[in-house]
Amino acid sequence: MSQYVLRRLLIAIPSLLGISLVLFVVLALAPGDPFAELATNPNVPPEVALALRAKFGLDDPIYLRYLHWLNAMVHGDWGFSFVSRMNVDTLILQRLPATLYVIGSAQILALLIAIPVGVYAATKPYSLFDQIANTLAFVGFSLPTFFTGILFILIFSVTLDWLPFVYTTDIKGTGIRWVLEMIRQAIMPVAVLGLFQAASMTRFVRSAMLDVIRLDYVTTARAKGLGQATVIVKHVMRNAMIPVVTLIALQMPAVFGGAIVTEQIFRIPGIGSLLITSILSNDTPVVMAVTFVFACLVVLFNLIADVLYGWLDPRISLR
Amino acid sequence: MLDKELRSMIGQVKDGRMDRRAFIKRLAAVGLTAPLANQILALGGVAMAEGPTTYKPTKRGGGGALKLLWWQGPTLLNPHFATGTKDQDGSRLFYEPLACWDPDGNMKLVLAAEIPSIENGLLAADGKSVTWKLKPGVKWHDGKPFTADDVVFNWEYAKDPATSALTIATHRDITVEKVDDLTVRILFKKPTPFWADAFVGAPNTIIPKHLFADYTGSKSREAPTNLSPVGTGPYKFVEFKPGDLVRGQLNPDYHMPNRPYFDTVEMKGGGDAVSAARAVIQTGEYDFGWNIQVEDDVLLRLEKGGKGKTVYAVGGDTEFIALNFTDPNTEVDGERSSMKTKHPLFSDPAVRKALSLLVDRESVKKAIYGRAGRTTANFLNGPEKFVSKNTTWEFSVEKASKLLDDAGWKPGADGIREKDGKKLKLLYQTSINGPRQKTQAIIKQACQKAGIEVELKSVVASVFFSSDVANPDTYAKFYADIEMFQIPLSQPDPSQHMRRYLSTNVATKENKWQGTNFPRWVNKDYDAAIEAAESEMDPIKRAAHYIKANDLMYQDTVFIPVQHRLKVEAAANNLRPIVSGWANETDNLHDWYREE
Repeated sequence: MSQYVLRRLLIAIPSLLGISLVLFVVLALAPGDPFAELATNPNVPPEVALALRAKFGLDDPIYLRYLHWLNAMVHGDWGFSFVSRMNVDTLILQRLPATLYVIGSAQILALLIAIPVGVYAATKPYSLFDQIANTLAFVGFSLPTFFTGILFILIFSVTLDWLPFVYTTDIKGTGIRWVLEMIRQAIMPVAVLGLFQAASMTRFVRSAMLDVIRLDYVTTARAKGLGQATVIVKHVMRNAMIPVVTLIALQMPAVFGGAIVTEQIFRIPGIGSLLITSILSNDTPVVMAVTFVFACLVVLFNLIADVLYGWLDPRISLR
Repeated sequence: MLDKELRSMIGQVKDGRMDRRAFIKRLAAVGLTAPLANQILALGGVAMAEGPTTYKPTKRGGGGALKLLWWQGPTLLNPHFATGTKDQDGSRLFYEPLACWDPDGNMKLVLAAEIPSIENGLLAADGKSVTWKLKPGVKWHDGKPFTADDVVFNWEYAKDPATSALTIATHRDITVEKVDDLTVRILFKKPTPFWADAFVGAPNTIIPKHLFADYTGSKSREAPTNLSPVGTGPYKFVEFKPGDLVRGQLNPDYHMPNRPYFDTVEMKGGGDAVSAARAVIQTGEYDFGWNIQVEDDVLLRLEKGGKGKTVYAVGGDTEFIALNFTDPNTEVDGERSSMKTKHPLFSDPAVRKALSLLVDRESVKKAIYGRAGRTTANFLNGPEKFVSKNTTWEFSVEKASKLLDDAGWKPGADGIREKDGKKLKLLYQTSINGPRQKTQAIIKQACQKAGIEVELKSVVASVFFSSDVANPDTYAKFYADIEMFQIPLSQPDPSQHMRRYLSTNVATKENKWQGTNFPRWVNKDYDAAIEAAESEMDPIKRAAHYIKANDLMYQDTVFIPVQHRLKVEAAANNLRPIVSGWANETDNLHDWYREE
């Protein structure tokens, strides 16, 4: 097992190198430059903008810039933001807690909805409950998060005035009040992201359950005289969850991507909104670092999915 | 005539026969108010006075939290590295200049003790030096005293090219010397009519020598104080997360009495203008929203029964359409829009005039800018003293059609006018921005009625305003027939703004399109007027030169002004913000308070 993990980690290195090369070249070829705002500022003479370009090495050939970047990365230097004039890793670490908090809560919410609803729907296929759950699931994953986000703001912030729609990282107050405020302001973004995730996950849990529920061993278990609850929870769910776990692991990077939009709408200072502002201001070192983090996450979660699969289903051998 | 009248009025103010306010009122009547009115007096030998203050609180603090919403949050907090106004705004919470600008363009003292004037001997009569007296007893947030050494240091820091400070242009052509601990003198190489640039306003705030002295030149980016400012301002630094949040708390040792009013200040970044307007005006989650460039319809709707209102400030920002005087479609020596070509259509003045007649500024105001816009015929719209009264504008498809008919541009089979085989087809580019695309549509429609075909093009702002030499879509390369945007007038004086269009500043391949004259318009009379203005110490004659320069642009239809744009902010109903069209939003923050 550990040998397998080690081998997979070694294979990950060339693929990450390849990904970083592609990212770097695409970013270098993309139009725009970080000092655009200076161009119309009458106080800044054009020579200054040119000198800045030279200073940050924007005029060097691409391969040289890539090698510089790679060398720095190997030494643990993530680069230097043109726009904030600070280290990229500090910038990302500052933003990470908010993203993890929102995405983590959303994922938990999604699981709490998807598993019970999916399992119950599968035990009574084509019943009224199943029909309603299906319809809602379709509506859920057809509505993009930017739409539901704005809808939530209009209903809960503007009309009802229950929840704030600007996410703040420095909540006044301590102890229980702080916790409550933290939860209150996260309700809308977590609900938007979580419901979106829950919709597709419900469908998946349901079909995974249906696949298993018809198998002979389930009938055998029932024939033994076991109760419905025991059969479903102990016998069916255990096997049906194997593909679901893999799906959740593989979907994690996509969740991070989906959070970008939500973070922008609710002004959550996470890495998604960092990515957007950096793209808009052409702050390439930050864009490069954030996209590279996403790439690492994809590779990592793929690996986790594979390992989990083997652990959950011993019939699959890892070699 | 105006000249003589003004002179006698200045004399009256000097002798005390007319009071200052009456003088400003008289000037306003003839269209000569705003910042320069005071500078006229200063140069005429009367001391520049501070504008009236409306600050009411009688004790320091007690105002609770002030929550500001900047939909583009500051990304760094060193004023010398500020890439945009957002960074200057954030730095200004902690750092201060010698003086700032109030809403009427009057100078307001901050770290200086006295406004320089010829009368008090601080301003040289020949305009070649100005002396600033510093307020005594001012302390940095860490307790060290603020002295003339700090001011001199800022000049040395910024003028060093290795520092790559973005304030270099302000500092490299001046010399700053320490006279004594609380006096500095700025020496100019030539007579400088607008002397209030260095150390004045939010872009030129002063950083402490004792914390930056070890980090000058190429080491500048390593200074820890870049991210945790120690200033002299009303608020002390607490926390900074780039692009997200800046926090400060009341400075108990602040040098102005009874100020600041608020106990803490918070500047939140991110999101977009519309939702920022909503958070201030509709739900009241925030007290103040910056730069609310939102259609007036939307704002009016939000204001109905809301918790906030919009606040406007008049400055000199003009949204314009620039005409290309060279041919964007012919390549000469690997360069399009080359100076060796002439624009095939615009070389006929009738076409340019007709185009100007087709820009319906009133409709643009009604449909898009609303209360945030004013129609205008001028490129230079402020300060008032420099605004030409000799120009008019009109929207008339009939007149435009007649003008084109008379010039020999006849409609072809497809309805598009043509002459000598050249069709009246224009490429019209601008940056991606809601109001700009709507303006494009309004103008395109009018042009169609007059038989001109217009193709619209929108470029992402980060590309359009980029200085990237390899990109063909920048405004400076101008590979289109007409283009629309605005260049902000960042101080109450037009000199930097008007210099851009000298014929020596044409953007070409040779200067990597860094030249600022992007319409590539060359006019000897214009050059002469600008050069005369730059060395003219007599404020009245100087204004006349700039008015002439504006009128030359008008006669040649170099720019078609679309709208004189006002600053729009959102504020809670009980907040009393002071916002000047001549300064950054936070420039007068020490005077903000809340009505109980």
